[in-house]
Formats: sequence, C-alpha cells, structure tokens
Amino acid sequence: MTDHKRLALHDLHLSLGGKMVPFAGYDMPVQYPAGVMAEHLHTRAAAGLFDVSHMGQVILRPKAGMADLCHAFEAMMPVDVLGLAPGCQRYGLFTNEQGGILDDLMFANRGDHLSVVVNAACKTADVAHMQAHLGAVAEVQHITDRALFALQGPMAEAALAALVPGVAAMRFMDVGTFDTVFGPVWVSRSGYTGEDGFEISVPQAGAEGLARALLATPGVMPIGLGARDSLRLEAGLCLYGHDIDTGTTPVEAGLTWAIQKTRRAGGARAGGFPGADRILRELAEGPERLRVGLRPEGRAPMREGTALFDPDGTPLGEVTSGGFGPSVGAPIAMGYVAASHATPGTALEGEVRGKRLPVTVVPLPFHPTTYKR
Amino acid sequence: MKYTKEHEWLRVEGDLVVVGITEHAASQLGDVVFVELPEPETMVAEGDEVCVIESVKAASDILAPLDGEIVAINSKLVDAPALVNEDPTGAAWFFKMKIDDMSVLDAFMDEDEYADLIS
Repeated sequence: MTDHKRLALHDLHLSLGGKMVPFAGYDMPVQYPAGVMAEHLHTRAAAGLFDVSHMGQVILRPKAGMADLCHAFEAMMPVDVLGLAPGCQRYGLFTNEQGGILDDLMFANRGDHLSVVVNAACKTADVAHMQAHLGAVAEVQHITDRALFALQGPMAEAALAALVPGVAAMRFMDVGTFDTVFGPVWVSRSGYTGEDGFEISVPQAGAEGLARALLATPGVMPIGLGARDSLRLEAGLCLYGHDIDTGTTPVEAGLTWAIQKTRRAGGARAGGFPGADRILRELAEGPERLRVGLRPEGRAPMREGTALFDPDGTPLGEVTSGGFGPSVGAPIAMGYVAASHATPGTALEGEVRGKRLPVTVVPLPFHPTTYKR
Repeated sequence: MKYTKEHEWLRVEGDLVVVGITEHAASQLGDVVFVELPEPETMVAEGDEVCVIESVKAASDILAPLDGEIVAINSKLVDAPALVNEDPTGAAWFFKMKIDDMSVLDAFMDEDEYADLIS
C-alpha cells in the first residue's frame, strides 16, 4: 500500500520492468532492468526516454496583455522575461526576500501566453506563489491532464522527428506546438542531461501511444530517475532541494548566467525582484561561498553531506550532490566551499566514513554538453 | 554453500570460510563502483563492519558473519568493483576467514532456506 500518486503510464513502467520508488509524492521508475550505469551510458550514446510527468506544468494566460504578465513575472525572478522572444524558452529562478531560491524552472514565451515547468516537490507551492503574484494579470492554469517526457541523447532528434517532423528544425531552447496523432504536443529542445534532446508535453490520452512509438524507434531506451540524476550531475546541473534551496542564492550557486544584464546593476530593469539587495551585492562583491565541481581522488564516492575541509583542517563546506559518474568513469560531486577555496585546482579533503580523503576543485560540467545551438 | 540474513554466502575452503555477497544482494545494490576491503590478519567479531560497497545508488556494509581472523582479501575487487555484479558467487569473493569451530556454520541457511527468504 502506498499513498503516492501514480504516473499516467504506471502500468507501462511496470511492464518495462521499472523498479518503482517514491519520489516527490509519486511512484517513479528509478531504473529498468538494464540498470543505472547502462541507462546512463545509453543516453549519452543513443537516446533515452524519461517520464517526468511528476513535474509541474503551468500555463500563464494574460488577462490583458503579455507585457503586463511579463512585467509581473519579472518581479518574481532575477531574470529577463520581457526580452524573451516568442518561441523561446529560458531558465528561471523564483527567489525569496533573503535572496534564497524557492525553485528553479523553465519558462517559455508561446506568443499569446507563457508556459512554465517547475519541480515536482515544489509545484503546489509554486502554483500558489504564481497565483498570488500573477493572479491579477494572468490566469494561472496548473495543467494536470498532460504527461511530460524528456527524450535525450544524440539519437533523440532522429527518433522524435520520425513522429513529429517539425522538431528537426528547432535549436536549443526553442519551443513549438505540433499536431500529432497523439494530440497537440508542446515541445521544447531542452532537457537536464547535458545532451541534445527534447521535452515533450502530450495529452494523457496520447501519452502511452507516444511513449510506445518512441520506444519502438531504434536507439531509444526507457531511463529511470537513477540515471537522470547521474546524467544531470555529470552535466553540472543543480538538483533543487540538494544543490539549491531557500538557503542558497543564485550567485552562490554559480547561476549568474541565468541573471541577464538587464536585471543587474546598471541594466534597464535592474533589481525589482525578491532578494535583489543581497543578489546584486553578491554579484558586485562576490559571494562568501560558491558551488563547485569536485573530483575525489581514488574510487570512493563522496555523497551528499560529506564534510569538506582545507588540508589544514579548517571546515569549508559540504557536498550537496555526489556519486559515480558513469561517463567520467570516476566519482564526481558538487558542493559549496568558502569562496577563497573555490578556484579549480584547489586541493581539499572530504570526510568519508571518518577518514579525510583528497578531493580537488574542478570546473563544471564534468562531461561536455552537446546542446544543438 | 551457506547463507546469512545479510545476504552473504559462506563457502568452506579447507580450514577457511570464504565470504561474498549473493546474486540477489548484488542485483539489489545495482552497479558496484567501489569496494573497500579490511586489512588482512585482522581479528573481527560477528557483526563488525568489515567491507564497504558503493553502488551507483548508495553505500552499504558487509558485516563479519562470524568471529574469527580475516586471513585473505580479494584485492581484485578494488580495481574491478564491477566483478561483484558480474560474478558475485565466484570471482567476486570478498575475504577469507579462519574460525575456531567450523560447526557454527550449521546454524546458517542452506540454499533452499535462502531461496525462501528472498522469494
């Protein structure tokens, strides 16, 4: 017995041999019979299909004009919303008054409305947060009758284009709507593995048909949450609730690339988002600590929570995500350390089972990304 | 072969007991990426954590199944942890123990009893 929600394709996952585990209130496939390592490597070599229907899909439909909505949405994030062209998607971050991160998300300008995808564990809070801040200018629609898939890897384009020919012309972070036999699908050329690929929102009625059609395509394998996590870690991408949360700012997290010039000091629409004082100050002066890539020496993984030290014994921070990188062929980790020790090449120590083991600060990502820009 | 509740197998080899983890345990762990072995010539007590196994998913321990002395370790596992998945009951033995009284092995599960446990 479980009170976890089931994905629309629960039975398909079981029939594929998926091992189901509770995650963010859902029964989710953590792996299939191939196992995490094989699924990870397959995604990088061919294509992987991920069911990410647990994530929150939201439509923001303006009551008056898109400009009003974009202005109001900008007031929630240190991100340029007004400057995002129709047909394009961007990474965003809801911040709080202390500059902490409430959630990270993807949003897209779909011409006459915005679409948003948020993390599963935050979606109820995010919808309420958007309702509170955008309710006056937009209809906030939580979409619960669509599945969401990610198709990732070098064969993703060929596999999806065989069913939806229009997607081949898309570039990284483009979005589009396509009529298919599975219903109207909302596609973005994006993902969270570091690979080229797509995220596809499909009406629940057509979800199984689309999943089966993709899985029948040469090179496409179902991939579970386990490999999703190792893929995103190798790509240096943050997992909300682990690498970022309300206690970390976008600047500490090294997400300054997500803060466009126009929202920074001297920009046309500088500030005006929650936590602007702290975030703009950290942009100007540098934060006290930073998220860094970490390469443990040897083979012992340094998992989340591993304490990090200067070789002289001074505590510096801790690992927020860590494990084995199948494509790297070695343990990898990310964590926060004092800014004084965040330069790549810095030698640190991590405490594993009572022993201090050497670990080096390295640039992110661990594995080169292959986005189709 | 004898089996423990902690999913280890025990095989008598002359006057030694060879210890490894079962196929069931290996498949539950998933791809093993790191193995830490005890020092040879260590005296251990039943229940002591003697090995660490890390898979892509998580870390777990192997406990000493018996009181005795660890007299040999399988260093191959350190460089090739994937052996634990490939051949858990053969090439991927973890350590060999010398124990005082071989009759204590009678108390462990036999193959049928272990098959019942994991079914």
